[in-house]
Amino acid sequence: MDVINEWAYIGVFFLLAPVLPALPILIGSLLSPSKPNAIKQATYECGVETVGDTWVQFKVQYYIYGLIFLIFDVEMVFLFPWAVAYNQLDFFAFGAGFLFIFLLTDALIYAWRKDALEWT
Amino acid sequence: MFRSVFGTAIGRFLFGTFILLAIVSATVYFIVTPLLSGGCINDLAQCLTQSGWDAGAAEFLTIVLGVMGVATFPLLVTILLIWVERKFAARIQDRVGPNRVGPFGLIQPLADVVKLLGKEDLTPAGADKLVFNTAPVVMVMSVLLIWAVVPFTPYHVGVDLEIGALYFVAVASIGTLSVIMASWASNNKYALLGAFRVVAQLISYEIPLAMALLIPVMLAGSMSMVGIVEAQAGMWFMFVSPIAAFMFFISSQAETGRAPFDLIEAESELVAGFNIEYSGMKFAMFFAGEFMHVFTNGVLMAIMFTGGWWGPFAYEAPLLAVFYLLGKAFFWYLLSLLMRNALPRVRIDQLMAINWKFLVPISIVNLLMTALLLRLIQEGGLSPENASSFVDNIPQTLILLAGNVVLFGIVMTLLRGRARGERMTDMVVREDVELAPATGD
Repeated sequence: MDVINEWAYIGVFFLLAPVLPALPILIGSLLSPSKPNAIKQATYECGVETVGDTWVQFKVQYYIYGLIFLIFDVEMVFLFPWAVAYNQLDFFAFGAGFLFIFLLTDALIYAWRKDALEWT
Repeated sequence: MFRSVFGTAIGRFLFGTFILLAIVSATVYFIVTPLLSGGCINDLAQCLTQSGWDAGAAEFLTIVLGVMGVATFPLLVTILLIWVERKFAARIQDRVGPNRVGPFGLIQPLADVVKLLGKEDLTPAGADKLVFNTAPVVMVMSVLLIWAVVPFTPYHVGVDLEIGALYFVAVASIGTLSVIMASWASNNKYALLGAFRVVAQLISYEIPLAMALLIPVMLAGSMSMVGIVEAQAGMWFMFVSPIAAFMFFISSQAETGRAPFDLIEAESELVAGFNIEYSGMKFAMFFAGEFMHVFTNGVLMAIMFTGGWWGPFAYEAPLLAVFYLLGKAFFWYLLSLLMRNALPRVRIDQLMAINWKFLVPISIVNLLMTALLLRLIQEGGLSPENASSFVDNIPQTLILLAGNVVLFGIVMTLLRGRARGERMTDMVVREDVELAPATGD
């Protein structure tokens, strides 16, 4: 298979993969009874009526984890090509990869020292 | 001999596992592999073009058939796995498990599906309907897509992408998206609280997962799944880099959101977590996705670290190759079940600490160490001349294994010192508490 065909396969997979789980859901909705009423459709909160909107601002802690994740994930994407070509790298590219990982470690140590990794 | 094997629970268990594996691999071999590239699907394309079909249309039809084969297989296996999981958990908890419907309760999952089909599909009043309904589909889809690059035998693979490993990392993170979609759309406070935690967990554990994945990629010099499997002809990567295998296993367990990392569901605090408002078939899809994810992780462990379809006579008899792959996958699957059933749930702050203060630093050090040692091995001329020979691989494996053992020792010593320090401070505090009333008198 050439490259176009390979990605055509992935494309078809992306189109067909949602169909398989969607089918049982569709069949289920056809077979099952549907008698909605206000109490049944109320937001579940262990019997207590829900107060206020759910879509609110939330704790900044999660954003900090998100930011750290982003740094690491982006750097990881750059490390994959380095790892693949590892056997053919010259000394300079080898050192550059190491420097890159050291910067990554530096970021982790910084976040650690700033207590960004403490769950509060 | 015969009686003694079947007289013990473990003997019956192993025998049953063997039979199940044989059946599943035969199914894959006779139904799925013909639909993969390299199977007779290629002949179908030729046949169709010869009988007057447009070449593009024939190609497209074969692709569609192949995708259907590969994508249906994990869903069908899931039905079997639900039974395996329930029986396994029951054995650990000294119960019998499902045993009413069909022989050994084998038909139980089908009965469950029928029950779930009859359940009313509720959509809460405040929900964002479109996102609410797409989320379960996305969940299953994120796992199904991984199967596109799984090599079943030396000759049969869905598609051999050159960037297979990167494709896996990309596709697997769609699951996180589905969790946040489900919780945000259902407009429920428990769901949203659960999802915040879960997303923090899932994105965090993706880092060691991808870091561990870098090591097979580096050792094989290829990101393609086929390339990684073929590079393990001489030696499984599990023996070359056990730390990476361990980290991949742990973080993939966390990615599925199962015990001991099941803060996704924390029943006692969050009632059910992100899927609280779901019912009927949509709810079932979340669980189908989870079951499938666990088995898919087993398959990935088999491909990345334990040689995929490699085994005696894999080239001569592709049926055996399927058997080896699924057997190894099943081993990792059972290990994951054991972990799920035997270990207590960790707390959320412990969960994040395990990832960011334990797994991530080790994965960075492990990557640096493996890179350095590999370079030294190359400079020293010890790298295997013939990568597919076991003997040629021994020097490299021994050096890397020694590095791993040393790293393991250092980490354990550090952990021991730290734990001792924490125990000491704990004891000092307790003495103070006890002494306080005495001095007051």
